[in-house]
Amino acid sequence: MSIALEDARIDVGRRSYLGLRIEHAERSLASKRVISGFGFWIFLLSDIVMFSAFFAAYAVLSGETAGGPSGKDLFDLNRVALETACLLLSSFACGVASIGARARSDFMYYGAMTATALLGAAFLFLEIREFAGMIALGAGPTRSAFLTSFFALVGCHGLHVTLGLLWLLTMMAQVFAKGYRADIMRRVLCFGLFWHTLDIIWVGIFTVVYLMELAK
Amino acid sequence: MSDTETGLHLHDSDLAPGDERADGREIAEGIRGYLVGLGLATLITVVAFIVSGTSLVWQPSIPIALVVLAIAQMGIHLVFFLHITTGAESLNNMLALMFGLLIVVLLIVGSLWIMTHLNHNMMPIERIIQMQH
Amino acid sequence: MLGKLSWAAIPLDQPIPLLAGCLAFGIVGGIAVYVVLKGWAPYLWREWITSVDHKHIGVMYVFLAMVMLLRGFTDAIMMRSQQALAFQAPGYLPPEHYDQIFSAHGTLMILFVAMPFMIGLINIVVPLQLGVRDVAFPTLNSVSFWLTATGALLINLSLVIGEFAHTGWLPYPPLSEFAYSPGVGVDYYLWSLQISGVGTLLTGVNFVTTILKIRAPGMTYMRMPIFCWTALGSSLLIVAAFPILTATLAMLLLDRYFGFHFFTNEAGGNPMMFMNLIWAWGHPEVYILILPAFGVFSEVVSTFSGKPLFGYRSMVAATMAICILAFMVWLHHFFTMGAGADVNAFFGVATMIIAVPTGVKVFNWLFTMYGGRITYPPPMMWAIGFIVTFVIGGMTGVLLAVPPADFVLHNSLFLVAHFHNVVIGGVLFGAFAGYTFWFPKAFGFRLREDLGIAAFWCWFVGFYLAFMPLYVLGFMGMTRRMQHYDVPAWHPWLLVAAAGVVVILAGIGLQIAQLVVSVRHREQLRDTTGDPWNGRSLEWSTSSPPPAFNFAALPRIEEDDAYWQTKQRALRQHVLADEPAYTDIELPRNSATGFVSAFFASFLGFALIWHIWWLAALSFLGAFVTFVAFAWRDRTEYRVSAEEVARIDRENRRARRAALAHLGAAE
Repeated sequence: MSIALEDARIDVGRRSYLGLRIEHAERSLASKRVISGFGFWIFLLSDIVMFSAFFAAYAVLSGETAGGPSGKDLFDLNRVALETACLLLSSFACGVASIGARARSDFMYYGAMTATALLGAAFLFLEIREFAGMIALGAGPTRSAFLTSFFALVGCHGLHVTLGLLWLLTMMAQVFAKGYRADIMRRVLCFGLFWHTLDIIWVGIFTVVYLMELAK
Repeated sequence: MSDTETGLHLHDSDLAPGDERADGREIAEGIRGYLVGLGLATLITVVAFIVSGTSLVWQPSIPIALVVLAIAQMGIHLVFFLHITTGAESLNNMLALMFGLLIVVLLIVGSLWIMTHLNHNMMPIERIIQMQH
Repeated sequence: MLGKLSWAAIPLDQPIPLLAGCLAFGIVGGIAVYVVLKGWAPYLWREWITSVDHKHIGVMYVFLAMVMLLRGFTDAIMMRSQQALAFQAPGYLPPEHYDQIFSAHGTLMILFVAMPFMIGLINIVVPLQLGVRDVAFPTLNSVSFWLTATGALLINLSLVIGEFAHTGWLPYPPLSEFAYSPGVGVDYYLWSLQISGVGTLLTGVNFVTTILKIRAPGMTYMRMPIFCWTALGSSLLIVAAFPILTATLAMLLLDRYFGFHFFTNEAGGNPMMFMNLIWAWGHPEVYILILPAFGVFSEVVSTFSGKPLFGYRSMVAATMAICILAFMVWLHHFFTMGAGADVNAFFGVATMIIAVPTGVKVFNWLFTMYGGRITYPPPMMWAIGFIVTFVIGGMTGVLLAVPPADFVLHNSLFLVAHFHNVVIGGVLFGAFAGYTFWFPKAFGFRLREDLGIAAFWCWFVGFYLAFMPLYVLGFMGMTRRMQHYDVPAWHPWLLVAAAGVVVILAGIGLQIAQLVVSVRHREQLRDTTGDPWNGRSLEWSTSSPPPAFNFAALPRIEEDDAYWQTKQRALRQHVLADEPAYTDIELPRNSATGFVSAFFASFLGFALIWHIWWLAALSFLGAFVTFVAFAWRDRTEYRVSAEEVARIDRENRRARRAALAHLGAAE
């Protein structure tokens, strides 16, 4: 792959591409970075489309409580606000971590990654508490189509956060083992995109699922 | 669609989302960017939470306001956290985003339209039960 | 310990699938043993299984598709023979078996024949046409292939262990819900599609990135061969549509495994939501399949007419228009579900609109041929057969797009005839055109043309014999998926359809013969020039088969029809372009990631189907560890030295020079 890309890059730069390999090492790395970033962006868009199917299911089924509790009876706005704060701050911390990685600052990178992880874990903890509380009330996903679509949509986001945490820890370990190597940096970039996207999806969830329900 | 080298055919100056130069000097600037994003996002979130519970505005306008706020906040996340811009250097990212959003809108709006229409045309369950007697 | 799995899972009461399955696994096992005994295993492992070379991955995709075509076609033979025999009689297939056959036939043909065939061709050709050395993410490409293979494996496993879905190729609830389908059949369907769907999605991501970001210098968007455009369209549709499939199947899985109520009749669930979501994927899926076929035909028609493609820009516009419109017509698959006139009218009109860009393409192909010096080797025969057949299929499609007409024709054999008309006449003919067109490029020798032409005629005639009667039967009121029937008027038509299948069988036999004979006579059929068809795009500018690095120096593109122009210049000046300065080339190293993660994915799927939770957890862990281990590698590339590149390229140039002299003498 690499050479093809290097050549393309160098050529469009309107320079002869023969015999310029070493001089352009830096450029070729940048272009690989562009390719990884773009590819991952495409993947994230597909993930967003997947969420939109769950959103569509929720929008269609949210009124089908089958005589069971509705969102108004179950949702706790304070908890949602706290969850939102956790995820937003976590997203910010993740941004700081990516700057830390680019600045090659161990303190900033590991510190911010740890903060990201802790805030993400706190979010998950709150969400699991919410789910457990609802199930204890007999309002589990099998109670009604509304709860089915609620648990699936919010749970799918939660699952993404869980996988994100797994990835986050792997990235911390990778930087620890390999340093800020170019390929590792590309993965740090992709992880950041992933984590920020989860926050965007959460904006959709707290608006459509929680706030809309309570505004009814 | 332009096919010139300066139009869509941008290999070199093209940016990945979240892609910036790694100059040490710009760290402060980078953090400032994230801080601005955080501030704006917090502001909008707080407004959204207040709007949802308020009785001060005309009630049917609340869902619309919430949707507008959500879209605004998503935009802020895209710009300040994911660094998607409308500049020529990230045209491909932007086009892909537009395509993705189009699909999302088609799927959600289409599903809602189709499914409410199905319900609309269905005989209410009470009527069916009545007819069986 | 073993979940739902027990000896009862072996369908001893159903000898046909059991024997067929044992035979198939016996053959595969036998081949594996033979390969090991012959000492070919290391070669296979090095050059194919762990290869991340897009050409090798493409060939494996096409191979998988062809093997699955045989399986799917066997199902077709059984269905046609059953219906030929089951007039006022039970036939030889019991209903529960017949149901599995039509379900497996549809699933296999769409997802494990048409998809891998098209993706295989895209893999082999697109990087070559773009003038580059590989795709954006070569290892991911290998993962994609092996996940697809895992899906195919799971579906075929259902022959021997357990059962397949009885629900049709799309498992409509509530029938597919646990209450009505408690067996593992639907689970086999769901998990094999989920796993292969991940592979397909990754392929889409890979090719969108490749085509938008990695092209040879000067290869602007408007200079890309049309096949690249259609591959881009297809990949965009994959990226946008497959997540919807994943979500929908996940919802059905949640219903089945955890008692959720997405699509149930109870507790407010809504089965119609499934039709809505699955077709929001299903319709774009049709275009995912047909767009690359359109691309193949564009290349073939232009090459064998000796002319540039007529209306290149309109072709591009039509492709991109289809990309958007494909997401606006999905309701036409369930007009009869009960939506009102507004909704039905909108989607009916949208469906008629999407026929317009397709019509544009047909006219473009016709005008490309007009005034050209047309030759008729097999790829061109498939293309012409396609144009005739596809137009008929397209028009019956527009007929079905009229909601009132659809209320009469839906679920009848007219519908079955229509979609076979477009899928066989369009996608499969396209696949075969691409197969015969690019075979010399992939393997370095041609396929025998006489056998190819004979195979085409068998397929063509067989297709009309097999499916035109189904249109008639549809008008006569015969519904699809009937295991037996009592209407005398239907019987003769079904006999004709069965005869058609026999003719198609002869076509497949001839294709196998063509392959075998060509392999045996490969020395006479050797393509030394790398340009056997007098081609127009860059894949013909390198040797056949291309070296691992595709191009010794990246081509520089300065005009449309890149290779054609270069060739004309060389012919005029009687010299090849100067030898480039050769440099070292770095290529991605082989990786077992794809194979190993698919190995774990197979166990994961199997464990989930049979509720063997510990095995599922273990396999998931295995797949994760594989990925991390892969991510831990330090060296991901190897280097081909400049001398080696020069040696390989000089050989190619020598052959070119000879060919040039030959062409020059002919003029």
